[in-house]
Amino acid sequence: MGLQPYLILAACLFAIGLFGVLTRRNAIGILLGIELMLNAVNINLVAFARYAADPAGLIFTLFTISITVAEVALGLAIVILIFRVRLTVEADHLDLLKG
Amino acid sequence: MGCNGIPLLTLITWAPFLGAVLIMFTARHHPLAVRLIAAVTTGISLVLSVVVYLGYDTDAAGFQCYEKIPLVPALGISYEVGADGISLILVLLTAIIIFSGVFASWTIQTRSQEFYALLLVLVTGVFGVFVSLDLFVFFLFYELAVLPMYLLIGIWGTSAQIRPRGIFAWAMRETGVGSKEYAAMKLTLYLLLGSAFILVGILALYMAAGGSSFSFLELEGAAFDPVLQRWVFLLFYVGFGVLAGIWPLHTWSPDGHASAPTAVSMLHAGVLMKLGAYGVVRMGMGLLPEGTHDWVPLVGTIATINIVYGALSAMAQTDLKYVIAYSSVSHMGIVMLGAATLTEAGLNGSVFQMFAHGIMTGLFFALVGLVYEKAHSREISKMGGFGRMMPGIATAFTLGGLSSLGLPATAGFVAEFLTFLGAWRSAHAWWLFPAVAGTFLTAIYVLRVVKQIFWGPAPAHGEFHDLPDARGPEWVALVLLMFVIVLFGMVPAIAIGPIDTATVPLLTRLGIRP
Amino acid sequence: MINAGTLALAALGLPFGSFVLLAVIPPLRRAGRAAGALSIAATGGSLLASLILWRGLPGQPVELQWSWLPAESGPMASVGVLVDPLAAKMLVLVALVSFLVQLYSLGYLEQETAPALGRYFAYHSLFAFSMIGLVLASNFLQMFIFWELVGLCSYLLIGFWYDKPEAARAAVKAFWVTKAGDLGFIIGIVLLWGQAGTFNFIELFAMASGKTLPAAGLGLIMFLIYLGAVGKSAQFPLHVWLPDAMEGPTPVSALIHAATMVAAGVYLVSRVYPLFLLTPDVLALIAWVGAFTALLAATLGLVQADIKRVLAYSTVSQLGYMMAALGAGAAAAGFFHLLTHGLFKALLFLGAGAVIHAVGTNDIWQMGRLGRAMPQTAIVFLVGTLALAGIWPLAGFFSKDAVLAGVWEGGLTVPFLMLAVTVFLTAFYMFRVVFVVFFGSGHAEGHPHDAPLVMTVPLWILAILTVGAGIRLAVGGDEGAHSPGWVPWLSSALAVAGIAGAWLTYQRGTVSADALVRAFRPLYFAAVKKFWLDDLYGAIYRGVFLGVSWGVGWVDRYLVDGVVNLASAWTLRWGDRLRQIQTGRAQDYLYGVALGLLLVIVWSYWR
Repeated sequence: MGLQPYLILAACLFAIGLFGVLTRRNAIGILLGIELMLNAVNINLVAFARYAADPAGLIFTLFTISITVAEVALGLAIVILIFRVRLTVEADHLDLLKG
Repeated sequence: MGCNGIPLLTLITWAPFLGAVLIMFTARHHPLAVRLIAAVTTGISLVLSVVVYLGYDTDAAGFQCYEKIPLVPALGISYEVGADGISLILVLLTAIIIFSGVFASWTIQTRSQEFYALLLVLVTGVFGVFVSLDLFVFFLFYELAVLPMYLLIGIWGTSAQIRPRGIFAWAMRETGVGSKEYAAMKLTLYLLLGSAFILVGILALYMAAGGSSFSFLELEGAAFDPVLQRWVFLLFYVGFGVLAGIWPLHTWSPDGHASAPTAVSMLHAGVLMKLGAYGVVRMGMGLLPEGTHDWVPLVGTIATINIVYGALSAMAQTDLKYVIAYSSVSHMGIVMLGAATLTEAGLNGSVFQMFAHGIMTGLFFALVGLVYEKAHSREISKMGGFGRMMPGIATAFTLGGLSSLGLPATAGFVAEFLTFLGAWRSAHAWWLFPAVAGTFLTAIYVLRVVKQIFWGPAPAHGEFHDLPDARGPEWVALVLLMFVIVLFGMVPAIAIGPIDTATVPLLTRLGIRP
Repeated sequence: MINAGTLALAALGLPFGSFVLLAVIPPLRRAGRAAGALSIAATGGSLLASLILWRGLPGQPVELQWSWLPAESGPMASVGVLVDPLAAKMLVLVALVSFLVQLYSLGYLEQETAPALGRYFAYHSLFAFSMIGLVLASNFLQMFIFWELVGLCSYLLIGFWYDKPEAARAAVKAFWVTKAGDLGFIIGIVLLWGQAGTFNFIELFAMASGKTLPAAGLGLIMFLIYLGAVGKSAQFPLHVWLPDAMEGPTPVSALIHAATMVAAGVYLVSRVYPLFLLTPDVLALIAWVGAFTALLAATLGLVQADIKRVLAYSTVSQLGYMMAALGAGAAAAGFFHLLTHGLFKALLFLGAGAVIHAVGTNDIWQMGRLGRAMPQTAIVFLVGTLALAGIWPLAGFFSKDAVLAGVWEGGLTVPFLMLAVTVFLTAFYMFRVVFVVFFGSGHAEGHPHDAPLVMTVPLWILAILTVGAGIRLAVGGDEGAHSPGWVPWLSSALAVAGIAGAWLTYQRGTVSADALVRAFRPLYFAAVKKFWLDDLYGAIYRGVFLGVSWGVGWVDRYLVDGVVNLASAWTLRWGDRLRQIQTGRAQDYLYGVALGLLLVIVWSYWR
């Protein structure tokens, strides 16, 4: 099996994740979308590592997975804090960056 | 280096800065100490300015008290200062105005520590501009002189009432015309626009001269391409002209001066506007002889518009501070006209007018500040009969007014008369007539204001009871400025002598035999 | 024998010293009478110096010069003194009248508070200095400097009672109107400098006599310089300020607005007469305007009820005489009339002041039979009036006679006729005042009596000088040349007719004043309205100056600045609109990122 199917899978996964991030209104849904996108990247990295016979990609992937865990933990913590303060996790209501 | 080994110009320039530092770090919450530090440091500048002025060797002429310290040798930037006849008298003017300004704002209440510190930083910038001979450092000082103004007006200013009307009424409402924030922002934006032009001009000259030195003395020796000269002169004219209040780029000045606190108005109308005129004469005419010849017809014509238009606008104002502010626009026209005549008399008149108008308008703004502080009104039509209550202020105001309308034996007359002579001898003799007409218009609006405010009976509404005259420290400012007006009006030779040593070589460089 | 230059400088310097002391030492000024004493002493010193100077005048003009405005090629302008017979005579007149008027003021203004009195005398010192400086000026620039300074003193002294709205208005009006004339003066000076390269009188005269003065434009230049004299010497059409100037204290009117400052215009023309001789057209204009002014002012003087205004119009009228003589080529006669007029008009004003001081009003119809109550004043006033009317052997007779003869000699028939009519009118309106005030049937309020000694002494001195000068001229023959023998008879006859007319109308009542008014109704109406000149100037002031300035102010605020505000408002508005795309929602930004990514991909694909 060549490289292409893996890349297509990763692209689909990425697109699904992006779709989730853009369309979900719930902050937790957005976080899940981000997870999907990150996993798409992981698949790419693994696929390329295998294709180029270079273990660096695998090591990167391990890093990414562990960082993703931290990121999810941090993200969920932020979401919980936001919920405590504003009593909502609807992304539409979180517009503090407004100009 | 320096004057007889003493770096006097550096001391003059940086003494106020030192004062600002001292005020910020040592005089916290001691209002009197703040004022004393300000008075002492500006007093040092004043005394040293007088020393430099008296010590100036008119036979040797040229730039004296020269100092040079390389800063960035690779780019040809150095701290280079020196004073010739033109900068000399403007340094003296600055020293007199800031010294008086310190006393005129003695009663300021809010955040006086920051106020005085900013004022002193600003004046360092002004001194620096007048003495620096390195274009890069010149520009730095120039910005230093412009920027503190934003805070000074925005924080300590006062707002005026202006009714939005006419076809641009919505625009006026949108921008908040009349408020001090508006005035501060307008002034800053205008002056930064001007300095953008200047920066481009300076860099163009720097590159055209080979990119090895920012020194004025070296650039003066370079022969620039006539086409380049033409464009760079225009850049300098517009850039500096904004600060000098040339029509139609003058509208920042009435709003700015009217909103600014007393000392800032004094300094701004008295000195900073001169900085623009100084820039045109020093940078424009000094470095770009051919560009000068190309553009003087425009410069002079716009100056005559300034004179007449400014005077007529002043006549139409109902707010005392606006009257004075517009009179500055009118008088700066005399300065620019004198320079544009390209004659010895005219140029001497122009520089003398920078000085005379600076002192006179400084006096005016000091007085307006005092009147406002005591009567809490700037509305001319509401005031009346103040002469009985404040005879000292009335006398000083009348003297300022007389100098403004060019009465002989005041400094204003000498300047205007020299400019008239120059205008008639110039290539555009008709400039004489609007200039003379301007003095008549000035007589009308000044005496009208004097009559309305100080003469006649007090108004019936009885709002103004027992207004006090000037007192204590305020007198220092008034007496000093009145003395200078009369002294230089009666013995103009003490100023014209040094000025002439600078203007004649300038004209020679322009290819004109005086 | 002291050197003439030193004496001139002393005459100039003493009042200046007094002014400086009064200006810079407030306690001295606020002391009032002490300030007056200082000022009077200084002016007295000036008078002494000028008398010595006049008696021991050297044959040649004495000139002292100091550089005032330096320039590369020698001084551009100098200040100095020029003493010649013309200046010396004028100097004596100025110092004398100043001295007497200051003395008189001590009595006249005794009611004033001490600080006000100090201010008054400070102004007087300044005036004496400025006027003497004007007389001694050695060049046009210096002349102009002092010319403006006397204008300033006039402004300050008219407005001495600055609380009074009329006084404030009159002061400002005087300044503006004379300033309008001075615009011509200063342009003239600048143009002359452009032609000749100097301001100095002696050099200019040398150029004029050596025919080296460029003739081109000289007529215009001299006309412009004459405009200055029109303003200062209240010639038509700029005479309107002088009657209003009577709002000032009466001694001020006597000194500034009768004897000295208003004569400065005449002095100016006399001073630079060699230059005017080069421009006969301008001289003719001066004569015509002078004669017309004399006649016009005399008709205006007929209808005034305010004693000071009558005198003011008579001053305007007499200034017209002087100018007419100068214009007709009889410079000596004009200047002679200036000197005699200075004496008797100061006398008349001071006499009027004594009357006003006693009865507390200016209105002649509220006075009457004062001749009995204040005999001294009546006598000196009568002396002055007779001199003004031109009755032999008083000083006025000779000078007026010389003027009339000069104008006739100059071949100006119509101006001569105007002046002759004016002789009649002058006698008529002056004796109208005399009969109404001192003899008439009216009755003044209160118990008027002669003024204190400090006021009567100056009156008597002036009266004696008026009579004495006349008698000396009658005995010793006068300086003015008068060839046609019939001129003195004509003028005397006219004057006597005028007196008789006034006597019949206002004393005997044989001729009803109302009947005269009816007979000359249009003229009377026009004169009461001051020939609408004041209204015209008022309209110009309000319509042109204030109107245009209002327009310019509006344009500046709402158009010129409006454009600036428009640019600013547009910036604000577009900034506001662009701000809308910053929603603050992270997802919207992500849309942007995704879109950007897509664009990059598409772009790199199609490139």
